[in-house]
Amino acid sequence: MYDNPNLERKVAQQDTKISARNVQVFYGDTHAIKDVNIEIPSRTVTAFIGPSGCGKSTFLRCLNRMNDTIDICRVEGDIDLDGENIYDKRVDPVQLRAKVGMVFQKPNPFPKSIYDNIAYGPRIHGLAKNKADLDEIVEKALRRGAIWNEVKDRLHAPGTGLSGGQQQRLCIARAVATEPEVLLMDEPCSALDPIATSQVEELIDELRDQYSVVIVTHSMQQAARVSQKTAFFHLGNLVEYGDTGQIFTNPQDSRTESYITGRIG
Amino acid sequence: MTDATANSPQPKSSLLTVSPRVKQRNAAEARFKMYGIAAVMTGLVFLVILLATILFNGVGAFQQTFIEVPVYLDAAKLDKKGERNIDDIKKVSTFGYTPLIENAIFAAVEENVDNNPLTASKETKALISASAAAQVRDVVIANPEMIGETVDFRILAASRVDGYLKGRVTRDSIARDKNIDAVHLDIVDQLRAKGIVKREFNWAFITGADASESRPEQAGMGVSMLGSLFMMLVVLVLSLPIGVAASIYLEEFAPQNKWTDLIEVNISNLAAVPSIVFGILGLAVFIQFAGLPQSAPLVGGLVLTLMTLPTIIISTRASLKSVPPSIRDAALGLGASKMQSVFHHVLPLAMPGILTGTIIGLAQALGETAPLLLIGMVGYIASNYPTGPIAGFMDPNSAMPAQIYEWAKRADPAYYERAWGGIIILLVFLITMNIIAIILRRRFERRW
Repeated sequence: MYDNPNLERKVAQQDTKISARNVQVFYGDTHAIKDVNIEIPSRTVTAFIGPSGCGKSTFLRCLNRMNDTIDICRVEGDIDLDGENIYDKRVDPVQLRAKVGMVFQKPNPFPKSIYDNIAYGPRIHGLAKNKADLDEIVEKALRRGAIWNEVKDRLHAPGTGLSGGQQQRLCIARAVATEPEVLLMDEPCSALDPIATSQVEELIDELRDQYSVVIVTHSMQQAARVSQKTAFFHLGNLVEYGDTGQIFTNPQDSRTESYITGRIG
Repeated sequence: MTDATANSPQPKSSLLTVSPRVKQRNAAEARFKMYGIAAVMTGLVFLVILLATILFNGVGAFQQTFIEVPVYLDAAKLDKKGERNIDDIKKVSTFGYTPLIENAIFAAVEENVDNNPLTASKETKALISASAAAQVRDVVIANPEMIGETVDFRILAASRVDGYLKGRVTRDSIARDKNIDAVHLDIVDQLRAKGIVKREFNWAFITGADASESRPEQAGMGVSMLGSLFMMLVVLVLSLPIGVAASIYLEEFAPQNKWTDLIEVNISNLAAVPSIVFGILGLAVFIQFAGLPQSAPLVGGLVLTLMTLPTIIISTRASLKSVPPSIRDAALGLGASKMQSVFHHVLPLAMPGILTGTIIGLAQALGETAPLLLIGMVGYIASNYPTGPIAGFMDPNSAMPAQIYEWAKRADPAYYERAWGGIIILLVFLITMNIIAIILRRRFERRW
């Protein structure tokens, strides 16, 4: 599979990983997402930008059905993952979330050891046959989360004792440990300082090799730095979606331009 | 804003002088602090008065007066056939023992008191507890080889004698008392000086059984303590799993609709229902309908379970609610099922709160008297130990608060003292449970 990475990546970029058609989301009587159509390619970083309350996080949470946990939330329309409708009655959201991992705005490690934080996902999904296997998975995930060197000597210390940036990378490592295909990130750097942010951004760039990453961000610079595709949301509408370079240099819609130049938002 | 513009040419104020407005606000703050301190102090004063009264009145119950005399166990009276056959010995009732004890006391009085005022050994009866004969008989039946010998016994003194030593009974107060004369008190004084009459720590009050109205000196809390223990076992075994399961379901799984709203409102209301209502419910359902035995700790436990459940459910839900939602999101985002996220992450974090709520609920149930009134646990004379664990649940018994209530309403002032003593024991249990709750909370508390 990795014999010819360049070729592989080219092919993969043409694949559509997630495709959403006519998605509507309602919170009680509020129409939060209005008729969104989007095709998210595989092995790409896609950024969702837009002012607060525009629905970008809500739409992100539709992609792994985290909105199911909110009683008053209702989703209409189709979202396909590899051609399968994730809102089909036969789909178990638990199984879906194993394929579509998520990293949240605030670092939320479990109040357990670093090791147990990472090992939790593989354990519940039965990814490890024995202890040695699990050790290997944990190490691999921590290395991929770019935090291995900092924590390898204290794997059994509590994960909540790490600094904010370390905690967020731990959460990313935890998410990749379950071998997802898509990684959703909801403003992963909003609670971090610039140094931790740049570490996480580097990490996101590396993750692109194997995953589709969808990232919600408030920072347009961050979107420009890490993403290949950008979607601009405004008041629940998907205003514009295209290559990141094109959105930031040559936006087609006046609202996108206003937002990027700081006139709305 | 308008004020500022209205008085626009304001004199420049110095920071070093306090303006009248600020002065007023500071005074208000100082007054509020004073009220607060006064309120706290009032509460503390009442608490100190309460504890001091309880200790002052109740500590006497932990001391009891005994008379130490050698008793000659006359073989001619206790074992007429002389075969030491245990069945024959058991046939001799306490009436056979009474004269022996009276003789022993009389001999002691003869020996130690100048000008013995008593003319017959029967007159010593006022000095000893009515339970003395049974006490000696039990020892003899357990050790039949003692018959024919002279054995030292520590015989329980009559409650009047005990009261005299504790200052409750005086020569004035016994003026019209048929049970004891001033002569007896003189004897007690002299025997006390010789070390034959003694006040000692009263283990029997903690471990012993309740006694009839006429012998307060014999009464103890032990049996009703067991009754409370069996009730608490029932409450714990039923209310912890039911309460926690109900709260987890309501808090984490149940949909938000009018049915769950209705259930929630009713649980909150149940917590405020007077406990006597639960008692009458228990009487109607468990005793009259289900046919469970009256006065049984099992029924008491069931009634108290009904009473404790709302407390446990409310505190468990509160502690589940206090677990940050980000932990649930983290688990669900990794592909954990709802149940896995609750049992692996939420429940362990809520555990200290749940345990504290449960122990507080149990402590509440332990001190509850009113519901026991209606199922017959108040008023039952708990004079026999349960014979085994099953009997402990099914046989009639009393409970600690019921026992205290029972003693408090008896006529003999010696029982008044016992009631206060019982309150001390009950408070010790409650304080212990609260300390355990605090320790558990400290031990399991985790940060996130």
